[in-house]
Formats: sequence, structure tokens, C-alpha cells
Amino acid sequence: MSLDPLVITIIEALVKSIVVIVGLLTAFAYLTLVERYVVAKIQSRIGPNRVGAIGPIAVLQPIADALKMIFKEDIWPAQADQVAYTIAPGIAVGTALVAWAVIPLNPSLTIAGYKIDFYIADVNVALLYLLAIGSLGVYGIVLGGWSSNNKYSLLGALRSTAQMVSYEISLGLGLVGVLMISGSLSLVDIVQKQATVWNVVWQPLGLIVYFIAATAEINRLPFDLPEAETELVAGFATEYSSLKWALFYMAEYINMITISVIASTLFLGGYQGPFGILPGFHWLFLKIAFFIFVLMWIRYTFPRFRYDQLMRFGWKVLLPLALANIFVTAIVMVVLGR
Amino acid sequence: MSLSVPDLNLRIVVPALIVSITALVVLLGELVTPAARKRWLGYTSLIGLLIAVGATFGLWDAHATAFGGMIAADNFGLFLTLVILLGALLSVLLSVDFLRAHQVEHGEYYMLVLSAVVGMIVMATATDLIVIFLGLELLSLPLYILAAFKREDGPSLEAGLKYFLLGAFSSAFFLYGIAFVFGATGATNLTKIAAAIAKNPSGDLLLVGAGLLLVGFAFKVALVPFHWWTPDVYAGAPTAVTAFMSVAVKAAAFGAFFRAFFVALPGLAMDWRALVALIAVLTMTLGNVAALLQSNIKRMLAYSSIAHAGYILVALVAMGAQGSSSALFYLLAYTLTNLGAFGAVIALSDGARERLEIGDYAGAAQKQPFAAAALTICLLSLAGFPPFAGFVGKFLIFSAAVETGWAWLAVIGVLNSLVSVYFYLRPVVQMYMTEAQPGWDGSATLTTRIAPLVALALAIAVVGVLALGLFPTPAIALATGGFVR
Amino acid sequence: MDLIVFYLFATLAVIAALGVVALRNPVHAALCLAVVFISLAALYVLLSAPFVAAAQVMIYAGAILILFVFVIMLLSPGVDQGAGALKWQRPLAAVFGLALAVELILVLASAVLPAARGQYTPERLAQIGDVQAIGALLFTDFLLPFEITSLLLLVAMVGVIVLAKKRVRS
Repeated sequence: MSLDPLVITIIEALVKSIVVIVGLLTAFAYLTLVERYVVAKIQSRIGPNRVGAIGPIAVLQPIADALKMIFKEDIWPAQADQVAYTIAPGIAVGTALVAWAVIPLNPSLTIAGYKIDFYIADVNVALLYLLAIGSLGVYGIVLGGWSSNNKYSLLGALRSTAQMVSYEISLGLGLVGVLMISGSLSLVDIVQKQATVWNVVWQPLGLIVYFIAATAEINRLPFDLPEAETELVAGFATEYSSLKWALFYMAEYINMITISVIASTLFLGGYQGPFGILPGFHWLFLKIAFFIFVLMWIRYTFPRFRYDQLMRFGWKVLLPLALANIFVTAIVMVVLGR
Repeated sequence: MSLSVPDLNLRIVVPALIVSITALVVLLGELVTPAARKRWLGYTSLIGLLIAVGATFGLWDAHATAFGGMIAADNFGLFLTLVILLGALLSVLLSVDFLRAHQVEHGEYYMLVLSAVVGMIVMATATDLIVIFLGLELLSLPLYILAAFKREDGPSLEAGLKYFLLGAFSSAFFLYGIAFVFGATGATNLTKIAAAIAKNPSGDLLLVGAGLLLVGFAFKVALVPFHWWTPDVYAGAPTAVTAFMSVAVKAAAFGAFFRAFFVALPGLAMDWRALVALIAVLTMTLGNVAALLQSNIKRMLAYSSIAHAGYILVALVAMGAQGSSSALFYLLAYTLTNLGAFGAVIALSDGARERLEIGDYAGAAQKQPFAAAALTICLLSLAGFPPFAGFVGKFLIFSAAVETGWAWLAVIGVLNSLVSVYFYLRPVVQMYMTEAQPGWDGSATLTTRIAPLVALALAIAVVGVLALGLFPTPAIALATGGFVR
Repeated sequence: MDLIVFYLFATLAVIAALGVVALRNPVHAALCLAVVFISLAALYVLLSAPFVAAAQVMIYAGAILILFVFVIMLLSPGVDQGAGALKWQRPLAAVFGLALAVELILVLASAVLPAARGQYTPERLAQIGDVQAIGALLFTDFLLPFEITSLLLLVAMVGVIVLAKKRVRS
């Protein structure tokens, strides 16, 4: 059997993509459940324990939620912009998913003479690719908010634009330190260079800046001004219902996983674990879980920023910190002669 | 991988570097300067510009390139640098009290002027299309903002917006032209382009590229039919800004224009010479005829500046050493004269109230004889009367045209100069031969005293106009400088 | 394969570019512009310039266009009803635009690029890395343009603040 190598590549990429997407969607479903338990714990409640309960855990809860969502009425606001209203949730989910194309999940394995890489693509500008895709994510929210023809939605969309544009800069600059240390934009390279020491040792400030800015990028509390249910009903998502709303929800959770995996890959050594125990993917899973837990923890312990505080924090605290980090990194690298 | 940095030769860019540093000093100084002392930022700018003038003289005859051939210090570029710095010096002198009177005294003004000066110096000395383009942008961007600097004033905002939109549009043409030229020759360096054309002289791609470059330059120096923005922008922008951009932009853009067409595209001269001659005729004629119809002095000076761009274009058509040296002299003369004219307009105003209509100038000679005399001298020089600088400039350009076989172009230029006498003399007649109009006759605040800095600027301009008119030889000698190739 | 991808994205870019001009709703036009930018990014990838592609998406589609959209939404100018006072410009613009288009098409169709190939071939880029190559060039051959650009961006920032910031009246 001799297949064109191009065909093999395409098939391989397709298979990998399907695996990643299915994995992410499952993760999303159960992440909603996890979040409900975490918040229950923080607020001293019990959490869901009815649907398909095995012990105290409602295993089938996400499926019940999904079914409910499907059967809800799909509401079209009067004079909504049909095209934009429809594609906006798709853009939100799409950009959340495609970021995963460049993330290495496991060291490469060789099975039966065939080398399997656990990433879909190793492009040498992967880091920029992630930033570029992340910067497109805002379109989903902006379009959704604008096309709903509702003032709360529009306000949510406007807030989201200003917020994303402001924090994107710190987000990118926070990663520059890692880039300087690794000397590569390829995530595969970056992970491999952390075999001995994780980047977080050299770049603690970079991690903090990145993580805060990323939290703002995905509109999680305390940066959830585009939704801000106490002020804007539900912000950009006010008019959305049924599956379209579920897609926005899905995008938010996938984004949580995405920023956690990026933080793990760039700062905590990705699939590299200490002492060689446990195969790579497990380490990555643990690291992702850690970051997601922090995200939830923050969400249920901090109040929301006011809008001017948000802008002041972004431009006057986070951005100078990120720049200072780059300066210090550069100086240290020159002094150490690397 | 190891980096091999080309020969930087930083010495060559010292004038631009000094002005850049001054701009940054002014920007930071704005933070710590109390509102009452903003004029000190103006003084700082003057000092920086003066040091840059010294540095430029220090480079005279250096005839070298820097940054791997991207920028050069040859006498052509250095002369233009001097003209630009002179224009900036006089403009800053005019601005200090103007800003106070118009309640827009902000330190950023000087920073923007200085940044524009950097862009102009870069553009006039660049030997690479990419650097020329960046210089063009660096001079344009501050001017868009300066044009709108009186941001509570409708016409000023309109001027800024109009200039910005059309300027951005023309930049696109210029950039497209660079892309075509690069595609045809594989180079953006002017000398290398010339070499590639010498090897392979034909090519539609190259012609389209040259045409698009021509459009880009034509917009910046306001040649017909790319002049439409000029009257509105010149009339709407604050007068001190108009004064600055009417002279310094022309010096910088014509510098790059001449350099690009003389150094890179002389091989195509057969193709562009006649076209440029046609544009020159249109520009001179339309500028002068339209100026005849204006009643607003800033609009009149705007159309007059279009006409002068047409005269300078005649030098481009003439080509050769004579073409470039006559253009250099003309730009120097025009800079002094036009700044003198705008300076006199500022000096003749009553606080923030300016004499905009030509009728407002009635009887001004009795109230403010010195400023009126300065305006008269400058307008006569613009019209080309001897013994003023404008006459010598026109004489040089037209004789260059005659000697290279473009006598008919010179004749059209002379005819145009005759037409222009009429509108240049109108304010003069008003000032000396008419009674002052109500509103301008008994104003208590209108004094014969001119602010010292404005007076200094006017004095420099008038003395310069007379000196260049009576003793042109030293300046002509300086203006003979050639290009680095 | 490359050719198929090229024609796919080139067609997409042209159609979307037409949409930018033709669509009456400014938000739709802006979205078409985003499609143009992304298609161009894909073309850059085909040209072995992934760095430029990523920068294109990040800066143009992700930052600049978002600001456009922001302003459009903030002002909500409604749907363009066509030129009012300048109606006579339309046919004129069509004639000149067509003339320019025909000219450019004729020139480009007949043109052969006489220029020699540069030193950065796809093979060489694959070897030294595209980002590395651009970085090295910016700090050597193109140092002067790079530095001028930094001043240009500073001026742009100062300009925005001068024009837009509230003045404290003294």
C-alpha cells in the first residue's frame, strides 16, 4: 500500500483534529459540572446530586443540561442582523478550538515504526499564532452584541472591545520573556527546552502578567464586564438563547482550558514532569486542572472591577509590569552572557 | 545566528538625531513645565534647531552615505536640511506668541514640529525609497495633527481631517509605486534602481511605478491635479502651522522628488519629462488664476504656493546640475519669503483676531507700518520683482529651462509671473491706499508693537529676502551641491 | 496543492474586498475587511512568511479592525444611503477607476519580473527560520527604517492624545 505522503498528512491531521475537538467538547461538558462543585464548596453548599448520581456526584448532569438547552426556543430578536447574529457564536467557538492546533500534548511516540506527534502542527510561529487566534476571539462577542439590536448587548460588546484591545498588549508582552529565554516561537521547542528547569523559575512575573491578562481576555470574573449580569442583564449574550447561547458558553469554557494549557506549556514545562514518573499527558492534565481551579477560585472570591479601574489596572499596572519584566530579562540575559 | 551590522556611519545622521533628541526633551519637558512657562519649550526647540544647523554645516562636503546606503549627506541634501531647519526656526519664532494668543499653548506643539522636521530631513537626505516613504510619513503625521491643533475650531479640525484622509490616500499610491519599481528592478536603493534601469531600460512595470511615485510626490507638493486639499488645509490650519507646512514640506518633498527622478529614474527621462512639463504648466496656470479670485489671504497664499510648486517643477524638467541648483536656490528664497509673508499676517493680527480677508488690510500701513512693509517686501518677492530673492530664484530656474531647450516652458512661467503680480499687489494697495475699515481702525489692543520673537522672525526673513536678492552669489555657490550616487 | 490554496484565498480576498466597498452596512463592510486580512495572511503563509501572516492577523484583524468596529458601533452611523451632494462624482470615479484597473491588468498580465531573486529562498528560510531572518534584517540592513518607525509610532501616540484627551482648563 503506497499512499501519497500528502494524503497521509491530511488524514493524520484530520484524525488528530477530531480527537482534540471531541476531547475538548467532553472536557467542556464536565468542566461545567466541576465548576458547580467548586463553587458549591466555596459557598458551603452541596452542588448537583440528582441526575444519574453515583455517590454525591451527578454524572449525567451535563447531558441533562445539554438536552434541556437543545429543546429551548431559539429566539430571534426583532431587527437583529441575521447573518452576524448567526455566525457570532460560531466565531466564538471556532477561534477557541483552532488555537489547539499548535499545542503539544505529549512527547512524540513511535508505535510500530510510525512516529506519532501529539500535536496537529508544529509551526515555527506557534506563539504568534496563538496570540493571533486569541485576538480574533473578540469578534464573536462583538458581533453577537451588535447584531442583537439591544442596548445592553451593544454596551457589552463595546466594553468587550475596549477591554480586549487593552489587555491583549499585556498578554503578548507577558509572553515575550519566555520567548527570549527559549529563542523560539515553536511550542514544541519551548516545551523541550524546559526539560530541566521550568520557565516559571525565570519568569514568575511573566506568568502572573499573562494569567491576569488572559483572564481578562476570556472575560472571566473579575473581568466579566462584557456580561456583568448586575448591570447589563447578560451583556452581549442578553438576546441569545438555546443552542446559540450554549455555543457562547462553550467558547468561554474552552477558552478557560486553552489559556490554562498555554500557561502550562509556556511556564510549567508542558508535558514535562519531574522525576520521569507518570506519562506526559497526565502532567499536562494536572497543570491544566491547577490553572482552571485557580480561575474558578478567583471567580468566586473576587468582586468585579469597575470600568475605570479595569482600564487603569490594564494600562498603568499590568503594561508597565510586563515591560519591566522584558527589560529585566534582557539585562539578566546579557549579564549572564546567554 | 550572528549579525553583521552594516557600516552605520552615525555622523551622517547627526542633524536629524539632534532634532529627534530635542523633540523627546520637549515632550518630557512638557510634563514638568508649568502652564505659564510653556514658551521655554519653544526656546528649547530653537536651541536644538540651532545646534542642528551647526552640525549640518559641519557635515558640508562630507559626501558619504550611512546605514548601508540608505541615507546620505551630500551637498544637495545638506542644503535642503539647512532650508528645512531655517523654516522650522522661523516657524517656531512665529509660534511662541501665536500659541499663547490662540490659547493652544501646549508643549506637544513643538514636539510635533520637531518630529516633522526629522521626517523632512530624512526625506531630503534619503537614498532609498523605503526611507523616503518613512520620512514622508514622519513629516505628514505631525502635520495632520498640527493642522487640527486648534481642536475647538471647526475649520482647523476640517483641515486636519481633510489633510489626513487625502494624505493617507496619496501615501498608498506612493507605496504602490515603490512596489512596482521594486518588482521591475529588484531594488529600493536609488542608485541600484538606476543601475538596473541602465541594464534593462524598457518595461511597463517600471513606468507604472514611476507614474505612481509621481502621483505621491505631486500630492505632497500640491501639483495640479493633486492640489485640491491645499486651499482648505492652508486656510483652516492655524496660521503658524500653515507657514511651516507651506515651506518646509515643499523643501523636503521636492528634495526627495528631485533625488528620485535625477538619481534613480534619469534613464526614463524621455518618458517623464514631457508629462512633468505639462503638469508644471497646469500647476503654474491654475495656481495663479485661482489665486486671482481669492478674497481670503490664506487661501490666496495657498494658491500662490501651488503656483510656486509649478515654477520649481520647471527646474525638474530642465534637469542636470542647473536644474537642481536653481531649485535649491528657489526653495531657499521661497522659504524665507513665504515665512515672511505668513509672519506678517501673524504680526498684523489683533491678538487671536486675524486679518483674513484682504479687505481687512485696509489702512494697516498706518497702524502697523513695520509689519506692513515686511508683508509688502515679501509679496513683491513672491511676485518676482527685483531686487528681491524671488526674482533671482525665478531668473535661475527660467534660464536653466531656456538653456536646456525648454524655452516655451520658461515663457509660460514668465507670463504666469505677470498674472501673479495683480493678486500679490492687492493687499499692498489695501494697506497703503485705503482707509481702515470699521473694526480695524480704533481697536485699543491693536498696537504698533510687534511681539519681539515675531519681529525677529520678520527681520530675519526680510533681511534674507533682500540679501538673497542683492547678493545672491554665495547662496548660489552653496546650492550647486550634487548627489551621492 | 499550493496553487489550489492560492486560488481559494485569492478569490476569497477579492470577493471580500468587493464586499468592503459595495456593502451598505458599515459593520458588514468591516467584517469583509477582516476576511480580506485573513485571506492575505493565508497567502503570506504560502509565500513562506508565516511571521508576516501571524502579524497580519494579530495587528490588522485583531487590533486595528476591532477598533474600526468599535468606532462604527459607538457612532452607529446607520446604513449608507449613497452619495448626496457629490452624485456627479460617481460616474467619473467609475470611469477613472476602470481605466486604472484596465491599465494595471494589462501591465501586470504582460509583465515579467526582470529582477533577480533575492537571497531568502524558501529553503534558506526553512533552514535559518523565518522569524530569525526578519529579526536579523531589522537589526542590520533595515535598522534605519526600524528606528524611524519607532519615532513615527511615538508621534502617532502623541497626536492621538493631543487631539482627543480632555484638557484641564487652567
